[in-house]
Amino acid sequence: MLRFKIEKAPAPVWFRTLIPFIAIVVTFIVTSVFIIWAKANPFTAYYYFLIAPLSNPVSAIEVLVKGTPLLLTGAAVTFAFASGYYNIGAEGQLLAGAIAAAGLGMVLGPLPALLNIPIMLIGGFAAGMLWALIPALLKVKLAVDEVVTTLLMNTIILFFISWLLNGYWRDPVSHQPQSATIAPSTVFPKLVVHSRLHLGFIVAVLVIIIIYFVIKRTALGLQMRSVGLGKDAARFAGVKVGTTMLIAALVSGGIAGLAGVGEVAGIHFHLISQISPGYGYTGIIAATLGGLNPLGVGLAALFIGLIDTGAQTVSSAMSIPIYLGNVVEATLLLVTLSMFVLQNYRIKRV
Amino acid sequence: MVAIEMKGITKRFGPVTANNQVDFRLEQGEIHALLGENGAGKTTLMRILYGLYSADQGQIFVNGQRAHIVSPKDAIGLGIGMVTQHFTLVPTLTVAENAVLGYIKSFGVNPHSIQLDVKAAADRYGIEVRPSALIRHLSVGERQRVEILKSLYRNARVLILDEPTAVLVPQEVDVLFETLNRLRADGMSIIFISHKLYEVMTICDRITVLQDGHVVGTVKKTDTSQTELATMMVGRETFGVSRQGERPQGEPLLLIDNLCANDPKGFPALKGVSLEVHTGEILGVAGVSGNGQSELSKVLAGTLRSTSGQVTVASENLTCRDPDCFTAARVGRIPEDRHEGMVGELTVAENLALENLGEFIHNGLLDQKKIMAHAEKLIAEYQIKASPNDHTRILSGGNMQKVILARVLSRSPRVVIASQPTRGLDVGATEYVRSKLLEQRDRGAAVLLISEDLDEVLALSDRIAVIYEGRIVGILTAKDATVTKLGLMMTGAREAEHAAIQN
Repeated sequence: MLRFKIEKAPAPVWFRTLIPFIAIVVTFIVTSVFIIWAKANPFTAYYYFLIAPLSNPVSAIEVLVKGTPLLLTGAAVTFAFASGYYNIGAEGQLLAGAIAAAGLGMVLGPLPALLNIPIMLIGGFAAGMLWALIPALLKVKLAVDEVVTTLLMNTIILFFISWLLNGYWRDPVSHQPQSATIAPSTVFPKLVVHSRLHLGFIVAVLVIIIIYFVIKRTALGLQMRSVGLGKDAARFAGVKVGTTMLIAALVSGGIAGLAGVGEVAGIHFHLISQISPGYGYTGIIAATLGGLNPLGVGLAALFIGLIDTGAQTVSSAMSIPIYLGNVVEATLLLVTLSMFVLQNYRIKRV
Repeated sequence: MVAIEMKGITKRFGPVTANNQVDFRLEQGEIHALLGENGAGKTTLMRILYGLYSADQGQIFVNGQRAHIVSPKDAIGLGIGMVTQHFTLVPTLTVAENAVLGYIKSFGVNPHSIQLDVKAAADRYGIEVRPSALIRHLSVGERQRVEILKSLYRNARVLILDEPTAVLVPQEVDVLFETLNRLRADGMSIIFISHKLYEVMTICDRITVLQDGHVVGTVKKTDTSQTELATMMVGRETFGVSRQGERPQGEPLLLIDNLCANDPKGFPALKGVSLEVHTGEILGVAGVSGNGQSELSKVLAGTLRSTSGQVTVASENLTCRDPDCFTAARVGRIPEDRHEGMVGELTVAENLALENLGEFIHNGLLDQKKIMAHAEKLIAEYQIKASPNDHTRILSGGNMQKVILARVLSRSPRVVIASQPTRGLDVGATEYVRSKLLEQRDRGAAVLLISEDLDEVLALSDRIAVIYEGRIVGILTAKDATVTKLGLMMTGAREAEHAAIQN
């Protein structure tokens, strides 16, 4: 008789790449209960969830649209986490970028788009950095826990947006609290006509590639990793721990700011307070799902984009409650994250 | 009677065979040493016995019965207790609470009754602890006693101690040995993992020597000698590298002037230390641990800010500068704790390059080829048993120390600050490190050797400074230094004299 045993050792690489797929199967089994409860066929539901969005170009492009802000917030979180700086504030930094984009979009009108769009990107990046600056300085200078401060900064900026939109940025024409529409020359060009896919997607993919190279291949990246993995040893070897962390935190904020620019200049064209349904937080999930490897994070962000799109398809196609889509989405994330424990074990024949 | 018998134990980790057909017998009522160099497989064997690893092959018998131990719970059930180097105590709980933690099953805990209970157990085995004391208020030696008590409270009859003296100061070692003798008298069987020969010869009845995962032999203490054990351990009979001959004193290179610094709790640990280290000499700093050595090495590594005083290297002021300034001034630093110098999760190649990253940049990117070539060269030159892409954390203590030596010494530093450079290393690695330090001296570097190992200081130093309570009580030349003199100074003899004069 064959006997097997489980041993604590890194799982083989082929198995690790399988984990997300196993998670999909497990989630399917778990959530089937709810789908059957809602009197629908779970197999059909899953078809709409995972396959249908990719079966036609229109919704496949929508997956990329949904994935765009997540690519950026995922990248932002990954960059900070790599240096051991736990930036939970990508949401707030995204909103700072959105504010900058809306503000610039309103004043930049007369200039040509070729000039305006880089200004929008730089402005959003700078705004995200600025919003990340206070918690980063508190961390580096006074060792204040960044998890708490970055999180609190998210709430502060939401109130700030609310103040802007109900006060002097409020568009007098609209019934909703929103800012005036940005100038056409500041709008991101579409990548595919009649779709919502905009320049921001290219920016996001570039950012993922750039941070991959920065983290893996540059001196800054090695210093960041050394600080993240062993702060004292890094300091001993002469790495400027504070400066490295500060750079990582600020660049992270800047990248998150770019996500906000994309949402304003590519999707909404004005500032609203609900411009982000928690992209900053979902970015943490994408970063974790992707194992903090920029390329993995990119895939994870697009995958979350897929189930986001699928959640809408499934509820409209099968007239089951829309929140069931959210349940499946949440379960999948929970299961995948739990399954990551498996990568620490391997099965051996005794 | 045989308490434990392990037969034909084999354990592999990937390509490495940690234990190869190991047979081991522990008699009841004996203290049995497992002796071997780092990486010889001592700890692996004991982790198998305690259920932390499972053997690939082999059988374990406890009191003559075949035992299947797959978790520490099984081991505890069979009366086996283990005290590891890293204690598993909760600092915010009391001694009594720690002793019963995870063992009592009742929902409510009456602090008074468990304290009485634990006190009774402590008294029975003659272990001095106060059951109501909080762990965080205890010294390392006391914590170790609590760990032992914890095992005893769980009715252990076999106690495994993994390098118990590595963390202790000499006085605490004496207390530990008294405790062990008492336990042996009580019929307990004790396995004592060590690589320190004289300790093994002091406390143990029988000694099993491991080398590269297999048993070299088991001998009675009465039938052997330190020299024979050393030969068995390393397979060669050389012991001790030492300084050859006198050298004329060179130029002063490292100047430490009236240096003061605080310990992590904010109390003064260095109270005006002044030293001069000349080119081509080793200046040893001897002292009982905890007299400021740690702070001195940290200030000289740039990781601790001094509160006053000056550090100068060849007239360059390095007071309160960052570690990279020390590297730039060609000061090579070997840290007190190896793990403080190496990022465990980075590769050997990355750690070797980390101090001088500027040299490995090509067109803004890291030059991977150069980093790898650099690592391969140093690995060969310093005989490091690792490949460049290994994570540093998996290296044995000796190899990790060689990585640090390679990183520091390959730069031909003008000044070398070596703090406890051979602590926890086996005979072979110790010898290697010492010979490398002597090489630096002969090359003309100024070497400051901060060590609690008096033999090491005596063997290597041209001059010896003794540190006591944050002050240098005196400096002797190698010629004048004797163990007795140094020993007296290490207890602060100079201070006592002063006090006597002033009265």
